[in-house]
Amino acid sequence: MAAPIGQPRVRLPASAKAGEIIEIRTLISHVMETGNRRDQEGKTIPRDIIKRFVAKFDGQEVFAMDLATAISANPYIAFPFKVEKAGSFEFTWTNDAGEERKSTAELKLA
Amino acid sequence: MRARHLAGLAGGGVALLGLAVAALAQGGGEPQRAIPDPQSGRHFATPETLEIQDDDFQNPAFLWVEEGERAWSHAEGSAGKSCASCHGDAAESMKGVRARYPAFDAKKGRVVTLEQRVNICREENMGAPPLRIDSRPLNAMTTYLGLQSRGMPVQVDISGPARPFFDKGEDFYNTRRGQLDMRCGSCHEDNFGRHLRADLLSQGMSNGFPTYRLKEQRVISLQYRLQGCVNDVRGQAPPMGGEEFTNLEFYLAWRAQGLPVETPAVRR
Amino acid sequence: MTSMGMRRRHLLAAAAGMAVVTTLPRAAGAQMQAATAEAVRKATGGKEPQEGRVTLRLPPIAENGNTVPITVTVDSPMTAADHVKTVWIFADKNPTPDVATFHFTPALGRAQADTRMRLGQTQDVIAVAQMSDGSFYMARTEVKVTIGGCGG
Repeated sequence: MAAPIGQPRVRLPASAKAGEIIEIRTLISHVMETGNRRDQEGKTIPRDIIKRFVAKFDGQEVFAMDLATAISANPYIAFPFKVEKAGSFEFTWTNDAGEERKSTAELKLA
Repeated sequence: MRARHLAGLAGGGVALLGLAVAALAQGGGEPQRAIPDPQSGRHFATPETLEIQDDDFQNPAFLWVEEGERAWSHAEGSAGKSCASCHGDAAESMKGVRARYPAFDAKKGRVVTLEQRVNICREENMGAPPLRIDSRPLNAMTTYLGLQSRGMPVQVDISGPARPFFDKGEDFYNTRRGQLDMRCGSCHEDNFGRHLRADLLSQGMSNGFPTYRLKEQRVISLQYRLQGCVNDVRGQAPPMGGEEFTNLEFYLAWRAQGLPVETPAVRR
Repeated sequence: MTSMGMRRRHLLAAAAGMAVVTTLPRAAGAQMQAATAEAVRKATGGKEPQEGRVTLRLPPIAENGNTVPITVTVDSPMTAADHVKTVWIFADKNPTPDVATFHFTPALGRAQADTRMRLGQTQDVIAVAQMSDGSFYMARTEVKVTIGGCGG
């Protein structure tokens, strides 16, 4: 059983000027179990991580990240984005089991 | 400490001092703090750690805050009530609560922590089972509640019926324990600002709890940290939520009296 | 049994032993663990990465190795014709060197990413960037991971 992928937090400005580079910051609740740890009975705790993060703008992939077990629990991911037009972001986190968590955000032109 | 000492001596005999002694024993005498001008744990943290704490987005404890916020208005238990059913907007009703806890509960006849307060509410008013101390849902709730007091000075009331619990907490604090035979103050009074191996020892101030600990990569409660401390001196830690740690937490809050609540802090 | 005197000396010795350390970028070609060298080779397809253009921002001393903030920046105009495609992050002495792979596009306007990573011990963190023209750049930075006195 994969650990639950918690509610994500995403922050970006509600509006920005064309040509401006904004920062998009994301945080999601997850244990990021490495597979190297043992429980109290000495049994290996199976690996269970968020392994991929994808950011799309109006359906187009603009940023992605493959995560390994060396990423800390509750992964924090931030990246820039150059504003050209208004549109909508879709962010997707995928775990080892292939389960997904999505979040969306709108960007308006100032 | 001094006041209690005097009270003890005087209490041995002289009738004339009876009144004064009574006043002291009632907590009328102000105990003296070993560190009169305390410094928050943030004073001993690195800039990188503070950068995470000081940004409410980067601070991972806000995942817990948001969970607590959702739980606040989520009905649970046989009474069909949520916290909000009685307490309304937490930003109003819970402002300052973290700053004055632990506090004496007249009905229970003892001092209770914020965790215990939440559980009392759950059991007696919501008809919901208590949450395990240091469990995720309880830490989420106390972190959310703590945030409503952020920036307010810690101000616990140790007077009157609360005083004996404070005194017990002080005794625990000052008792040497574990194979290393150390008291809390061995690190947090005698050696703060010095290194224990690579760790910079703080004054052990509790104003940032619940706190996101980088080591555990989760929000931890104060009593979980206290268990860690007792284990570190190779002692037998009392249970979380028990009387000993509750009284100790009360004493620790008084040590931190006046420091701003920093919940949720980020610490190594 | 440990006497109080011994303990005091221990505490003081520990305090004295804590030196101030600053992070210095390492020569890209410095020695790596075999697994890391292999991971870099796999990323670049055997091409030798050049030095420069990649900047790693990491604390010189991590307060705790379980949560180490990292920012990687690559000097690039991020245009359709000239941009960063991929950045790999490796931790030289972790059980496995892979940390993260960032996939960049010109839509970002700037080649940068932030995350938090785990470091099992004091070691070099390595970033390798692949440019749209097929060239590779690399940076490496040492992070000291302290062994805490408090069960850290």
